[in-house]
Amino acid sequence: MGKNMRAAVVVFPDSNGDRDAKRALGTLGIGARFVWHKESSIEDVDLIVLPGGFSFGDYLRTGAIARYSPVMREVVRQAGRGTRILGICNGFQILTEAGLLPGVLLRNRDLLFLGRDVWLRVENNATPFTNAYAKGQVIRLPIAHGDGNYFIDDEGYKRLEGEGRIVLRYCLPDGMAPNGVAPNGAKGDIAGIVGEKGNVLGLMPHPERMTEPILGGCDGRGIFDSLIADLLSGAAGC
Amino acid sequence: MAESEFKTKFRAKVTVMFRKSILDPQGAAVERALKSHTAGDISFPEISSVRVGKVIELTIDGIDAGADAGSVEEKIKILADRILANPVMEEYTVAVEPL
Amino acid sequence: MTETGNVWREHGLTEEEYGKIRALMGREPNYLELSLFGVMWSEHCSYKNSKAQLRKFPVTGPQVVQGPGENAGVVRLDESIKLCAAFKMESHNHPSAIEPYQGAATGVGGIIRDIFAMGARPVASLDSLRFGELRFGEAGAQRVKSLFGGVVAGVGGYGNCIGIPTVGGETVFHPSYRGNPLVNAMCVGLVDEDKIFKGQASGTGNVVMVVGARTGRDGIKGASFASEELSDSDPDKRPNVQVGDPFMEKLLLEASLEVLEKGLVVGLQDLGAAGLTSSGAEMAGRAGNGLYIDLDRIPMRESGMEPWEIMLSESQERMLMVVEPPKTGAVRAVFEKWDLAAAEIGEVTSDGLFTIRKGADVLASVPAEFLTGMAPVNVRPYAEPAYFQALQKADFSALENYGKDRGGWTGLLKKLLASPNIASKRWVYEQYDSTVGTNTVVRPGSDAAVLRLPGTRKGMALSVDCNSRYVYLNPRRGGAIAVAEAARNVAASGAKPLAITNCLNFGNPEKPEVYWQFVQATDGMAEACGAFSTPVTGGNVSFYNEYDGRAIYPTPTIGMVGVLDDAEDRVTSAFKAEGDLVVLVGETLEELGASEAHFLLTGRDEGEVPVLDFEREKRLHSFLAEAAKRRLLASAHDCSEGGLSVALAESAIQGNLGAALDWTDGVSPAAALFGESQSRAVVSVSPDKWEETKALLEKHGLPCTPLGRTEGIKKNFGEKKFSVRLGGELLIECALDELARLWNGAIEEALK
Repeated sequence: MGKNMRAAVVVFPDSNGDRDAKRALGTLGIGARFVWHKESSIEDVDLIVLPGGFSFGDYLRTGAIARYSPVMREVVRQAGRGTRILGICNGFQILTEAGLLPGVLLRNRDLLFLGRDVWLRVENNATPFTNAYAKGQVIRLPIAHGDGNYFIDDEGYKRLEGEGRIVLRYCLPDGMAPNGVAPNGAKGDIAGIVGEKGNVLGLMPHPERMTEPILGGCDGRGIFDSLIADLLSGAAGC
Repeated sequence: MAESEFKTKFRAKVTVMFRKSILDPQGAAVERALKSHTAGDISFPEISSVRVGKVIELTIDGIDAGADAGSVEEKIKILADRILANPVMEEYTVAVEPL
Repeated sequence: MTETGNVWREHGLTEEEYGKIRALMGREPNYLELSLFGVMWSEHCSYKNSKAQLRKFPVTGPQVVQGPGENAGVVRLDESIKLCAAFKMESHNHPSAIEPYQGAATGVGGIIRDIFAMGARPVASLDSLRFGELRFGEAGAQRVKSLFGGVVAGVGGYGNCIGIPTVGGETVFHPSYRGNPLVNAMCVGLVDEDKIFKGQASGTGNVVMVVGARTGRDGIKGASFASEELSDSDPDKRPNVQVGDPFMEKLLLEASLEVLEKGLVVGLQDLGAAGLTSSGAEMAGRAGNGLYIDLDRIPMRESGMEPWEIMLSESQERMLMVVEPPKTGAVRAVFEKWDLAAAEIGEVTSDGLFTIRKGADVLASVPAEFLTGMAPVNVRPYAEPAYFQALQKADFSALENYGKDRGGWTGLLKKLLASPNIASKRWVYEQYDSTVGTNTVVRPGSDAAVLRLPGTRKGMALSVDCNSRYVYLNPRRGGAIAVAEAARNVAASGAKPLAITNCLNFGNPEKPEVYWQFVQATDGMAEACGAFSTPVTGGNVSFYNEYDGRAIYPTPTIGMVGVLDDAEDRVTSAFKAEGDLVVLVGETLEELGASEAHFLLTGRDEGEVPVLDFEREKRLHSFLAEAAKRRLLASAHDCSEGGLSVALAESAIQGNLGAALDWTDGVSPAAALFGESQSRAVVSVSPDKWEETKALLEKHGLPCTPLGRTEGIKKNFGEKKFSVRLGGELLIECALDELARLWNGAIEEALK
């Protein structure tokens, strides 16, 4: 199914989810290649993944140094042309530092690293990343981060909500999302958002770690299934 | 109003850094980044050392009028020794100003 | 006294050792040479006080590819594709007492380097942590809490950043660790059998390179510092705390594996304790060669360091490599790609000498073998301490009386579940990334962690264990039980136990009673390892764990590796389905000695440690592994601290299923519910698989007792219920949610 899809996984110094992303794509038949952060062009690609990890040790601020890696100019250029960009965890942090997504990821509310499964509600399934899910579907994915407390000013928040760009929200197992349910304190319980054009998704949870039953579930596959369906439907380019 | 009831306010800034001989991985990584890929178009190769520390700002309110910046500083130094810094690897400076 | 006569003491050598050095050298060693001997003949590097006892351990077996002596041990996991696990455990107790975050972080970093020095890609970490009680009066509790919080954050901070999942471990709170916490870190890596690397400086004329971080005054003379009173010492005289840089280590890991993969390197060695001295001497010693190091060529972080400081520096995130001269350029290119320094600092020589130069000047020259192989081997005097016999007898009426009140046993179960030692360690392991790598198929919280092995169907089970109360009360039996429990946990997860590593944490070996504990505990371990065919492939000895002259409880932590033929066969401790049969495998004896319940009620560690029958224990392991392979078990959970009632409640809480249990036993209610008889496990079985399971139990000659069934929401109760009847009498009855709340929240509650 994913045979025709061409994906690149960017490797920053201290990316640590790069292999996991490539492997998860592989289980769906999507061939992916690694791109070193010092490279300045990524040719012939439908999807660019900025993987999880601690690029540059998370020193200074998460994503702050990676954002200036040579490869990021190309990522910005590709985002402009409509290439799908998926930022997972540290990838999300880099995307906000690079200005491809609004807001910022702050230190978790309780200051502790959080490594556990969370429940998420699919708020918008009309995106290239979520069309395989039902709207309102509740999924379970792992999180593993110290800085996942999404923050944006009220005006920006209203805009995100108004434009349907809040794609995933933390919730309870039954799908209810009482205010403050986000374990990290994220504003509006935001777990994932898309950019203005809908082709850039940043999310804190790790879909690539939940793509096989033996890993505890397959709820993460939907993200990649969506991308394949999106490509097949010829919707690329927005 | 009796003078003893008059209260003053201070602001104290405690800057905590690794002692110079201790490895500062964060400073070293930032230094390498500044040297290897420039932030935008700015390049500043003369940067020879980068250290990263913490600034802790404390506001002291309602202390007796008799207190001066010096006595406030003494107290804060005790706190800095016990909790704000680990003297085994960190050193600190305290700056107190009346508000 | 001569001038150098003052020096031997300064280097921690005895006069006798100094005499031996002079005799070996045939001359007066200079200051630098003596400092080399000082660290290399220290307990930490030479194992001089432990070696004689460690020789008792079985170290061979068909599964063992590399036994003790290298950077890590190696066992074969898959015969057909020659996939191996490299694994080792090490302590970082004293550094963690001084600076909990950095101490724990650098402990994790050090053991990770040992693993990739073997050419293995690290895939999992575990940690075994011990602290004083979380509550014992305000001032002390505050220190314990900050140590506990700092150590957990440090373990996570390093492991999470470098992207190696922390998949399991144990956390224990006991007064004996108040002043001297234990931080033992284990790392496991995967490597193809024909790609295992050794820390050998082979090939005369080959180049010695140091790669990674620059050298500074980190951790010099850390050992002597750790025995000082913290508050009284002058900060400027303290050794520099080693600060971990997991970012640097991640780069070092990737670059090292890349040069190994490309075949650019002959030998590789982590720079750990005693830095360049031990790494250089050991690499030369293992190959029967010599080597020289030119101090002028070492990349330095600080200026003005004395030669002995450079040689003893414990700066982290460095490796030593031996490279053929034509390949040095290619090695440098790989390290440059990762923005790391790689410097040619010396050469392998045929003279057998470990030589330190500064440019053309020779500063020190000692046969490598003198440093690595000639340290004295001491058998310390030992004697059975008075406490040993005195504590064998105990009065358990506090425990027995508990059941006299209505609801007493329910209350005691709740009390146990809410005690930090029994409670869920969620607060700890949720600060760790346990799923990065997408190999973790049983996460923390079950009996053992299980990882799938890429490229095969197999799985690997990992566990770290020690009940130091047992070891204190009966070191020999306790040492054996530590091995048995680790094996049992691995087996409960469906794996066949393969081999162990260990961290032997003890007090001052110069005290006869401490050395007696050491001799006895290692005897017990050796017997158990022999009985279970789980040889020792390496480990670490940490003596002098004392505070105010009081030794910690002897704590030989065991790290066990096991293998499953199919990772899909894994079993967890959580009940799975309503209506499953709950069965006790094994036999409960009238044993209340050394129990967690007795300690909780009285604050006393006393009584006879539960007996251990190696044969029965081994049959239990075989049964558990075979039952898992035949997919007979819905869950399996080892019975340990807190006894059967705690094991049952944990399986129920983890599975979010109630249980109605009702059986008859020949022992007292206290022993039935809270005794800690060995070689037992609680399993749950779907009714249609019970006949086959029973037949398998008979085949393995194991007694069993059907206890009852799991259940969902009880209609007349309105929610899920956990109830226990013994001989028809209702002893425990409680809403499952209440037990779950206590068990899940106890540590956070204690930290408030």
